Amino acid sequence: MFEEVGTTPEGDMIINVGPQHPATHGVLHLVITLNGETIKKVEPHLGYIHRSIEKMCESLSYRQFIYVTSRMDYLSAHMNNHACAMCVEKGLQVEIPPRAQVIRVLMSELTRIASHELWWGAMAMDLGAFTPFFHAFRERESINDIMEETCGARLTMNYMVPGGVMHDLHPNFQQRVKAFMKLYKKKIHEYDEMVTGNIIFQNRMKNVGVLSANDAISYGCTGPTARGSGVSSDIRKLYPYEIYNTLEFDEVLETGGDSFARYMVRIREMQQSIRIIEQLIDNIPEGDFQTKTKAVLKLPKGEFYSRVETARGELGVYIVSEGGTTPYRIKFRSPGFSNLSVLNHISKGSKLGDLVAMMGTLDLVIPDIDR
Amino acid sequence: MWSFSNIANNIHAWLGNNFNPTMTLVIEMVLAGVAVIGLFAGLGLVLVIMERKVSAWMQIRLGPNRVGPKGMLQSLADTIKLIVKEGLTPDGADKFLFNLAPFIAMIVAMLLMAPIAFAKDFQLWDLNIGVLFVSAVSSIMVISILMAGWASNNKYSLMGAMRSGAQIVSYELSAGLSILTIVVLSGSLSVSDIIYSQADGWWIFKGHIPVLIAFVTFIIAVTAETNRAPFDLAEAESELTAGFHTEYSGMKFALFFLAEYVNVFIVCAIGATLFLGGWMPFHIGSWEGFNQVMDYIPSSIWFFGKTFFLIFVIMWFRWTFPRLRIDQLLNLEWKYLLPISMINLLIVTAMAILKWHF
Amino acid sequence: MTNEELKIKLAEILPSAIIEDGNEWIEIAIEPGEWLQSAKQLRKKEALQFNFLFCLTCIDWKTHLTMVYHLRSTIFHYNIVVKAKLDRDKPEIESVSNIWRTAEFHEREVFEMFGVNFLNHPDLRLLILPDGWEGKNPLRKDFEDPINMIRL
Repeated sequence: MFEEVGTTPEGDMIINVGPQHPATHGVLHLVITLNGETIKKVEPHLGYIHRSIEKMCESLSYRQFIYVTSRMDYLSAHMNNHACAMCVEKGLQVEIPPRAQVIRVLMSELTRIASHELWWGAMAMDLGAFTPFFHAFRERESINDIMEETCGARLTMNYMVPGGVMHDLHPNFQQRVKAFMKLYKKKIHEYDEMVTGNIIFQNRMKNVGVLSANDAISYGCTGPTARGSGVSSDIRKLYPYEIYNTLEFDEVLETGGDSFARYMVRIREMQQSIRIIEQLIDNIPEGDFQTKTKAVLKLPKGEFYSRVETARGELGVYIVSEGGTTPYRIKFRSPGFSNLSVLNHISKGSKLGDLVAMMGTLDLVIPDIDR
Repeated sequence: MWSFSNIANNIHAWLGNNFNPTMTLVIEMVLAGVAVIGLFAGLGLVLVIMERKVSAWMQIRLGPNRVGPKGMLQSLADTIKLIVKEGLTPDGADKFLFNLAPFIAMIVAMLLMAPIAFAKDFQLWDLNIGVLFVSAVSSIMVISILMAGWASNNKYSLMGAMRSGAQIVSYELSAGLSILTIVVLSGSLSVSDIIYSQADGWWIFKGHIPVLIAFVTFIIAVTAETNRAPFDLAEAESELTAGFHTEYSGMKFALFFLAEYVNVFIVCAIGATLFLGGWMPFHIGSWEGFNQVMDYIPSSIWFFGKTFFLIFVIMWFRWTFPRLRIDQLLNLEWKYLLPISMINLLIVTAMAILKWHF
Repeated sequence: MTNEELKIKLAEILPSAIIEDGNEWIEIAIEPGEWLQSAKQLRKKEALQFNFLFCLTCIDWKTHLTMVYHLRSTIFHYNIVVKAKLDRDKPEIESVSNIWRTAEFHEREVFEMFGVNFLNHPDLRLLILPDGWEGKNPLRKDFEDPINMIRL
């Protein structure tokens, strides 16, 4: 194959970006065909971190398989667990107590902020600005501390279980979340000053990687990637789950379709998440945090599908049950996989430097793509 | 008074008394060579630790704080590590050019030290075309980068080198034009003459807005010429892994690294010399009292103070700006900086002829 | 539009398909040979416009394979599930990557994981498995890997 050799028959240069490359943030391998600095083709080669979670889950019980899913999109581990727990609950037909619902939503939104913070810092770093990374981590750190206190882990929380959540909230939870929000509101202007308002940054982002609304739908883009192109795709609004239909928040939409629009969607989404947390933090209902379920769960024969909005888009969990204690087949519809497929389409004709801007704003998390 | 020129004169007199003239010259040359190498290494260490501390300060962290007092010996430890590290040469590389490139980078950086006036009457070589010498020699830098990129036999390196070539050749123009504004005003290419022409005030104050424009252009252009962020496309960590020095390791990498920092020092020293009066203390016209108080501060402190201030500004750029794209970078030069500096030069020339400056 | 009305609409354009209420959404069982035609109808029909293929997968039932397509309309917000039964020894179905571009990647994944051959796919190559992979398709039920697979 000519891929490893260097040039195509037409004389274009072929560059392997990855599997180890600073901008791929993981083990993504892109084979790029370049004419000078201009990109002609981007071909992703996946599988470097494929653990075949779907196959693994076929031999794990309905309680066990949720823990594996934290390792898919490790930045929205709560949401992954949430989708799986909801799918199992759908099969068991269990109602979960209101307190657990509120806790789930609070945790999901905190995770969303943490994930977007990391994205913000990492994306600025891809563009060559190192400083924002540390500023983003300052805020993210306090969310991780909150998570650590309640869930016992900072990244792979495994907090949501079928029937509710695993433990009750830590007594400090409310106070620390409020402290975090105060810090966040005090620091949010730094984000605009350091990155959003920077003229170099805006030139790097505007009209780069333009994705039209029709293409976004056709390529199956979800989450901020689709909303940057003006496609309404927020599962929390379209098909509300838990208590999202009782909450006041806006679905963030931008119509630019370029990298800057996707950037702005995520920045504004963080503020919407803060809004949701503000509504809930003082109104956590008393009561059980978990519905009692049987020790060994058995789903009835049938097919169950549940979906949540993770920080990257729509995560679908599709369980096919034969009535046993393990799923017969499980499919994770991961947002990253579909969002990655659009990369070749939007990067044609742009410069090599734009590729990192696009990869940054698509917010690729490789374990989510490979599963 | 304690000053560099006195020390130099004393050494010269002592050598003249004890050796014959030829021997004196040889010894002085050796001394100067050792001093330059020492300064080269010393500056590298100081600037690396300074960069790390400045970046740490901007990034709300502590920076190096383990080796030595407040981590001040960190870069010495790093140097020792780099010296003992194996210097790999890739199989497909052009071995001769690959090994030669870092030395060219270093030699260029050392050559550039020759005409710089570090203190009052303390200069290695006060040649009459000092400023021209600096512009000419600094363009050789690009050859070492192209050499490194080409010889590495690595596509990332090659792209970095090509970017760097386009960038340095372009930005050389506006850097040269902004240097010319001062040459026009002071009427000399010699570094010492330019400094003496600022005895009654620095050019940045005497030359009205046109010189200010030239100064800003100069800072932008030299940031690009030294491949520092936001113009670090030759290295562009997130795009090209490390650009032209991807394949370098150990001491060969360290030479590139040192050369980069010494180049930053040199361009800042030139900037300080041309626009901020070099070692010349801050003087206001013919206000004798004030000028005499300023003269009490040693000239070397003035020179290094100004230079390090400019270095800080360039570091400040690096840690706050994102990187430009290659086409934006060339647009900035050819569409904005070059026309502006050409018109600016015209205005300055008119100003110099009509004696409109102070 | 209610589910019943949607079922009537679907029956109009897919006369030979079996349409029934599934666990959550309407499930349509079609013949693999008719899939491309039906897919075009589902995508193009004014009143339906299933323009979003949000999940594409396959299930190995040991006797046969089932392709599962989850479709949604971003305009009307209906969801449907389309299923096609494939022969296990020689699974073949038309590719829909021209209709929904996202299918290109998902079909490549199904191709390597289940060995389904997608006809007229623009670029049917291995995506996740290493180049030169020989052997069974990992997500089939009879796949065994004594070294890397952990059974509980």
